Amino acid sequence: MKNEQVILETRDLSVSYGAIQALRHVSMHVEKGEIVALLGANGAGKTTLLQTLSGLITPDDGTIIYRGVEMIGQEAEEVAAKHLIHVPEHRQVFPTLSVLDNLTLGAYHHYRKTGAKAVETEMEKVFSFFPILKERKEQLAGTLSGGQQQMLAIARGVMAKPSLLLLDEPTLGLAPIIAQEVLGLVADLRNEFETTVLLVEQNVVSSLRIADRGYVISHGEIVKSGSASELRNDKEIKEAYLGQSV
Amino acid sequence: MGEFLQFSVTGLTIGSIYAIVALGFVTIYSVTKVINLAQGEFVMLGGMIMFTFLNIGINYWISFLLTLILVMIIGWLVEWTIIRRAKGADPISLIILTIGIAIFIRGVASVVWGKGQVRIPAFSSNQSINIGPASITPQSMWVVFIMLLVVIFLYILIDKTIVGKAFQACSANPPAARLMGISPARMSSFSFTLSAGLGALAGLAVAPILFPAYDMGVMLGIKGFSAAILGGLGSAPGAVAGGLIIGFLESYGAGYISSGLKDAIAFTAILLILLIRPSGILGEKNVGKGGL
Repeated sequence: MKNEQVILETRDLSVSYGAIQALRHVSMHVEKGEIVALLGANGAGKTTLLQTLSGLITPDDGTIIYRGVEMIGQEAEEVAAKHLIHVPEHRQVFPTLSVLDNLTLGAYHHYRKTGAKAVETEMEKVFSFFPILKERKEQLAGTLSGGQQQMLAIARGVMAKPSLLLLDEPTLGLAPIIAQEVLGLVADLRNEFETTVLLVEQNVVSSLRIADRGYVISHGEIVKSGSASELRNDKEIKEAYLGQSV
Repeated sequence: MGEFLQFSVTGLTIGSIYAIVALGFVTIYSVTKVINLAQGEFVMLGGMIMFTFLNIGINYWISFLLTLILVMIIGWLVEWTIIRRAKGADPISLIILTIGIAIFIRGVASVVWGKGQVRIPAFSSNQSINIGPASITPQSMWVVFIMLLVVIFLYILIDKTIVGKAFQACSANPPAARLMGISPARMSSFSFTLSAGLGALAGLAVAPILFPAYDMGVMLGIKGFSAAILGGLGSAPGAVAGGLIIGFLESYGAGYISSGLKDAIAFTAILLILLIRPSGILGEKNVGKGGL
């Protein structure tokens, strides 16, 4: 492992909600340009891990190093300003704002620092990547279909010029064919924008198809890690998540 | 007919003031979910501070600006010293806290300015203008004009600027806004400052008509709050509509029935409207959904 390639690393990260231990000594890393899948059942701690990485939750213990800098103690808004961008679960677009406004807010920091002009070029890139959003740019985000809202949520993240994009269950609640399309877009995103992605998914088969590596998290602990092909062929994973008996 | 016109002019004037006060409530409520019951005190401070500046001989319009700025600083301080420290408290505690702030400001005001009313000259001449059978003072027109300016200013600020969009985002979904680098804490501070400015403007506009005193904020605050509720707390157009409705009800009530009953008539009407439509006139669409 070449160290300068590591964009994000956690060591011994522990989080609890009151008496409930949500994460136990989580150590993982993401390298530049990778798509890393974070797999696990409902309630395993995947979302908690992302929320901790983006500063929404303060951990009890452990360290988060992002681009060589310790991140613990930084507010979520400061973390976002450092291009560590979290696209939360359930899309969470701003329903009463237009598609265009949602995207502009994605680049909020950027906009306030360099003005509307700089955001325009980014917007054009995003629009050529998500043409459907260009078609509907004046529409209120709340009136988009689920799949379109998910694309908007991802596009809004891309507007922030992420060095690392944390995607929380982008296929949740989408029809299978739309889910495939969204995951396909995530894979293309890396080629187009050179974005590194940490992807949280319950959809193990599809996410391992686009990921380079993966971690399996269970009851707040990382129980398995490896390359996507190793995980795909892992007996226990096949049994637990793919419903195949070996 | 002449009477009706005259009452309408009065209703429009006082209704415009209620509308501005109501917009102050809505501004703070939509991002912080705090009902700031010290809103009326900002109005009072607008009038009283203006009086002091004029008294020490500062030019009228410079005093006007200084008053506006000073009250905005006070609004910012209220948020920074008190509201922010209580983050995480439940809404009821926060509302009680703002009552405490109101009592404190009123107390300080009664010490600084005494308990009597003060007089402040009008923006321009006192010469009434006769339109048909009704006569309108220029200050009344100023009040309505300022209300319209406030509405246009807020519309541009909230709907056309990035800060306004961030404001709406914070109102709709604070955690999601944080993930975009928008700070709800800063928006809270911004909303208190803006809202104090709105209160001060209302105070400045109405001072030449109402002769302000240390306790003028109580009634104006309650009326403005009622207007905001009537409009569906969280809706700016609703707040303006609510303010005007209360203004007209009060004025017609005072004119046609009894001036002693004008508050009772206005509040009875509000109760009736809210019984029929509990979410307010324009409420359902906006509340909690980032509207303003």
